[in-house]
Amino acid sequence: MLEKTNVKVLDKVVVRFSGDSGDGMQLAGNIFTNVSAGVGNQVSTFPDYPAEIRAPQGSLSGVSGFQVSVGTHVHTPGDQCDVLVAMNPAALKQNVKFLKPGGVIIVDIDSFKEADLKKALFETDDPFKELGITAQVLDVPITSMTKAALADSGMDNKSILKCRNIFALGLVCWLFDRPLQSAINFLKNKFAKKPAIFEANAKVINAGYNYGANIHATVSTYRIETEDPRPGIYTDINGNTATAWGLIMASEKSGRPLFLGSYPITPATDILQELAKRKDLGVKACQMEDEIAGVCSAIGASFAGDLAVTSTSGPGLALKSEGIGLAVIAELPLVVIDVQRGGPSTGLPTKTEQTDLLQALYGRNGESPVAVVAPASPTDCFTMAFEACRIAIEHMTPVILLSDAFIGNGSSAWRIPDANDYPEIKVHYLPQEEVEQGWKPYKRDAETLVRYWAFPGTEGQQHRLGGLEKDAVTSAISTDPVNHEKMVMARREKIARIANNIPELEVLCDKDADTILIGWGGTYGHLYTAAEELCADGKPVAFAHFRYINPLPKNTADILSRYKRIIVAELNTGMFADYLQAKFPGRDIRRINKIQGQPFLVKEIVDGVNKIMEEK
Amino acid sequence: MEQTAYTPANFKSDQSVRWCPGCGDHAILNSLHKAMATLGVPPHKTAVISGIGCSSRLPYYMNTYGFHTIHGRAAAIATGFKVANPEMTVWQISGDGDGLAIGGNHFIHAVRRNIDINMLLFNNKIYGLTKGQYSPTSARGFVSKSSPYGTTEDPFIPAELVFGARGQFFARSIDVELAITQEVLLAAAKHKGASVVEILQNCVIYNNGIHNPITDKEVRADRTIHLRQGEKMLFGKEMNRGLVRDGFLLKAVTVGEDGYTMDDVLVHDAHTESNFLHQQLAMMDGITLPLAIGVIRDVASPTYNESVDQQVEEVRAKKGFTCLRDMILAGETWEVK
Repeated sequence: MLEKTNVKVLDKVVVRFSGDSGDGMQLAGNIFTNVSAGVGNQVSTFPDYPAEIRAPQGSLSGVSGFQVSVGTHVHTPGDQCDVLVAMNPAALKQNVKFLKPGGVIIVDIDSFKEADLKKALFETDDPFKELGITAQVLDVPITSMTKAALADSGMDNKSILKCRNIFALGLVCWLFDRPLQSAINFLKNKFAKKPAIFEANAKVINAGYNYGANIHATVSTYRIETEDPRPGIYTDINGNTATAWGLIMASEKSGRPLFLGSYPITPATDILQELAKRKDLGVKACQMEDEIAGVCSAIGASFAGDLAVTSTSGPGLALKSEGIGLAVIAELPLVVIDVQRGGPSTGLPTKTEQTDLLQALYGRNGESPVAVVAPASPTDCFTMAFEACRIAIEHMTPVILLSDAFIGNGSSAWRIPDANDYPEIKVHYLPQEEVEQGWKPYKRDAETLVRYWAFPGTEGQQHRLGGLEKDAVTSAISTDPVNHEKMVMARREKIARIANNIPELEVLCDKDADTILIGWGGTYGHLYTAAEELCADGKPVAFAHFRYINPLPKNTADILSRYKRIIVAELNTGMFADYLQAKFPGRDIRRINKIQGQPFLVKEIVDGVNKIMEEK
Repeated sequence: MEQTAYTPANFKSDQSVRWCPGCGDHAILNSLHKAMATLGVPPHKTAVISGIGCSSRLPYYMNTYGFHTIHGRAAAIATGFKVANPEMTVWQISGDGDGLAIGGNHFIHAVRRNIDINMLLFNNKIYGLTKGQYSPTSARGFVSKSSPYGTTEDPFIPAELVFGARGQFFARSIDVELAITQEVLLAAAKHKGASVVEILQNCVIYNNGIHNPITDKEVRADRTIHLRQGEKMLFGKEMNRGLVRDGFLLKAVTVGEDGYTMDDVLVHDAHTESNFLHQQLAMMDGITLPLAIGVIRDVASPTYNESVDQQVEEVRAKKGFTCLRDMILAGETWEVK
């Protein structure tokens, strides 16, 4: 069962700017505060600067900080920050204690040279390790990029260096979608009498902002708290890391080595990076030459007998379509992870959406069914990545895991599972007696329609697979019309029968209400919170959340038939609602949709449900 | 007792071969069966992975593990396969369209990465399976169904692409040269790393005779040179023609004429690290200088799959984790009681 989660919705973020007292941290913090207030945020600030106006440069006593909390329900500057900007090693050392678990550190990597480290009394050349930092670090060459931006300004080096703070500010403005123009207006007022300085700062703030855009820098402004009451050892995890680890757990539970073929793409790259680190657990993670090679190398690894995975986002999934079709017809296990982002085309690379649902379900040539699952929260990424692998292996099929930018980047506390929290994955090994009885590659289990997985290297099990249609009996190439239809139906039915091997759909909140709110994938936390608020407000609704999309849980029709009104809320124009409508014609399915690259707000769902309930 | 010696028949499947009568692929298939028997790697330790096209049907005719995949992607699929199971000897079959057009990116990256697979490129300079369109190896001006007035583009020379991708093994043969084909296939299999073998192959239906100006029995001795490791670069019906240095370039001379003696004739060394001479040899076009066949370059270099395995072993030994939970517990955690 899925643990209850609470999304702290766009509540507030705390940013701490820190640097040398001469680095202009107070100015950067002030501008960020003013810009945020200008867009309607509540703000609370805490300037934290040293007693010495000019302590020795780069020293621990010379660190100046400015913490600001912006958002709603802001009553204090916050105890801990989500983002820490550290312009030098001393600032990092003094301020890292203020960083929240799952927070992000931005450092000016140009000022982390040996001499800088010495001034801050570091003993090794790796300050991050020395401080035990496990948080995400954005190491940005702030000094050199500021210099480059102002190379033609005619300013002297000292004046140029004074603009570094504004570069950092530009980057933070990108991270939190602050309107740059209002920051520039603020600079204009500040430097009204020094137009050259203003011009320089305006240029630099743009450079910082563009840098963030160019590297697809993201920081999740959401905290998704899982309410897991069980005692145990916990750690902080984001959805992409959880996905990577879930794959490793599946590898341990199936006994098949883990192979990843991938290509960098926002917002899925973290999965490749995490698995590249996990060579320490025997994972073979290959960065291939393109998305197609990513999926194709995985298909090759699957043919060789590995638990094979490829990770991507929407545009990459489009490129992988033909490869996935090959895995469909070759009936090889393959896990395809799509961390969805805004589309179409390049779209909104850093923003979240649920718009790849139909692509996942149908985006291939021919009758090409695959299993589709979708995690509900950052920690659920672990479970559903495991489930994707389990289904792929036990049913010899490609499985698409539809994560998204919101849960992929969002983090949560997570109870580290014991190995026995997850079931053994049963590999459909080819038994020797089958071989002796004249086994053919497309011979199926009568009940599940699953074929055997024969491993290259095994004597006597040589066989040929391929993208051409095969005869159902002999497994030789066949263009026979009746055979083709038989094979199409077998592949289709094989996927349908996965329903016997997945949990049923649960109904939460007020089961006896006559309205049911339905969601799928990464919107779980928002929808659940909204459903509870509605119930508490005397407007009873039931709530059901889908993590198994194809096939649907077996009791789906039964549950839908119990409710007069069905409301599907999703971050697209109604793809899941259409899918349910097609599967269960005659049901009254209403919709709440949002396509802004942003998660739902709880209020939007509450308002949407209220509005639909008021309709006849 | 385990079988240690094999015959070509051990590598043949029960499927009937469906290429057109007279197609060069038949000869290459036979050469491959023989080379595999000589190599002595058992059929169950052998995989043949192909893309799409006439040549890519080949896996169905092998009694090995086989995968007939999708257009252009065989090199990428073979890469994943080899990384996952490095114990297997992997043969990857492509044609000029499959390998150099739609699959060009995978081709160059497989070569650059130096994955230990044998990449066979059947070059007939035409798209046969789609019935006769020009390919990326068709000469400028070549008339085909998709270039009725002649092509307006220059072709790839596969060898040049291989050297551009920093290839460490390149060999060439002709479909009808059975012995030489076996020789280069064997050398390719023994080479650790990406081994590219270009085989000039005749498409009897759509491009019949395309290689004839070089491969015709009448002219073959004068227009090709069979390079052999450690031997003089000699060719011609009388074996009295030789390749000599001419400044930075190569020149074909007749031994005993114009003051050239046997001492002037170059000796072939496929193992020289510098690919300067190998490139010049591989680029000879059969008209001004004889087309080189045989193993042109064969230089040892770390393979991708071995490097991956080695790194995994090193990192595992260093960290010493036994399972996922171990690794996670080594990070930042807290306990809830």
